[in-house]
Amino acid sequence: MTRHFLAWMAGLAAMASAMFAMPILAQSSTAPAPYAYQQLDDPALERRATDLMHTLRCLTCQSQSIADSDASMAGDMRHQVRTRILAGEEPEAIRAWLIERYGDYVSYDPQVSATTWPLFAVPLLLLLLAGLILRKRIGRGGVADREGEGT
Amino acid sequence: MRWTLWVPLALFTFFLGLAAYQLSQPKDDVIVSGMIGKPLPQFSLEPISPDRPGVSTADFQDGTPKLLNIWASWCLPCIAEAPHLERLKEQGVQIIGIAIRDKPEDVARFLNRHGNPYTRIGSDDLSAIQFELGSSGVPETYVIDGDGMIRYQHIGDVRAEHVPMLIQQLEAAR
Repeated sequence: MTRHFLAWMAGLAAMASAMFAMPILAQSSTAPAPYAYQQLDDPALERRATDLMHTLRCLTCQSQSIADSDASMAGDMRHQVRTRILAGEEPEAIRAWLIERYGDYVSYDPQVSATTWPLFAVPLLLLLLAGLILRKRIGRGGVADREGEGT
Repeated sequence: MRWTLWVPLALFTFFLGLAAYQLSQPKDDVIVSGMIGKPLPQFSLEPISPDRPGVSTADFQDGTPKLLNIWASWCLPCIAEAPHLERLKEQGVQIIGIAIRDKPEDVARFLNRHGNPYTRIGSDDLSAIQFELGSSGVPETYVIDGDGMIRYQHIGDVRAEHVPMLIQQLEAAR
């Protein structure tokens, strides 16, 4: 009984120390970029910026969009997107500007390219194959079917 | 026709093997810049240290290859690379620093404690230069040739074994 209690206490202590531990990867202490958390005044422009931000990948967190991330660099990227939208740049031009620097990696909206075409081709190919097999099966009828699947 | 049995099995085994192979590969999450071989973008950054001037594109176009070091006083690996940057400086390499999202007092404290290998230090509060360079983290070190062309990107901290390699890259950029 006391042993269980001690183990429980040790577990609690470990949890507490984990909670108060310092993060290993420190972030900067300067104020965030002006447009990191500040929306554009024009709702239509903000809409365009937000739509784009949801399809751009955060570079330091890697599985979040910049719209979802609190990393400093994601904030700076939101600032880039909003100021560029405000300056009249097209969302797709901003995406292209980033892809030129970071590759397809940075975009959550995959485009057909020399490296990504199999992603689009394989499902089509499989659909075609399934269609062919189905046609063969249905067209063949009962007797042939049993022969084809004979044990 | 037994191929209807064997082909799916072969495909299944192929994908199983592929997955096993990929799982056994070390994780690769560096994002290589697409700007290598392209000219530095036009920029001009304010100084952040009282005894070092700021940085602009023209500073890289004087005919001598240089290192461009992206760093910050709040970045731990930057402390680890400081002595190796010092070694590069001792060997005559010009290192231009760009401090990301940093404060003058923090920069001064960092340079006091860990040495100042920089000929110039610019301040970038918005990571704007990082986006222009295709840089996704701190620290990163770029080899820029005498015409301001980006020739090489080193991702992560510079370690002892990278010093001769960077000198070679600078030689190649001459």
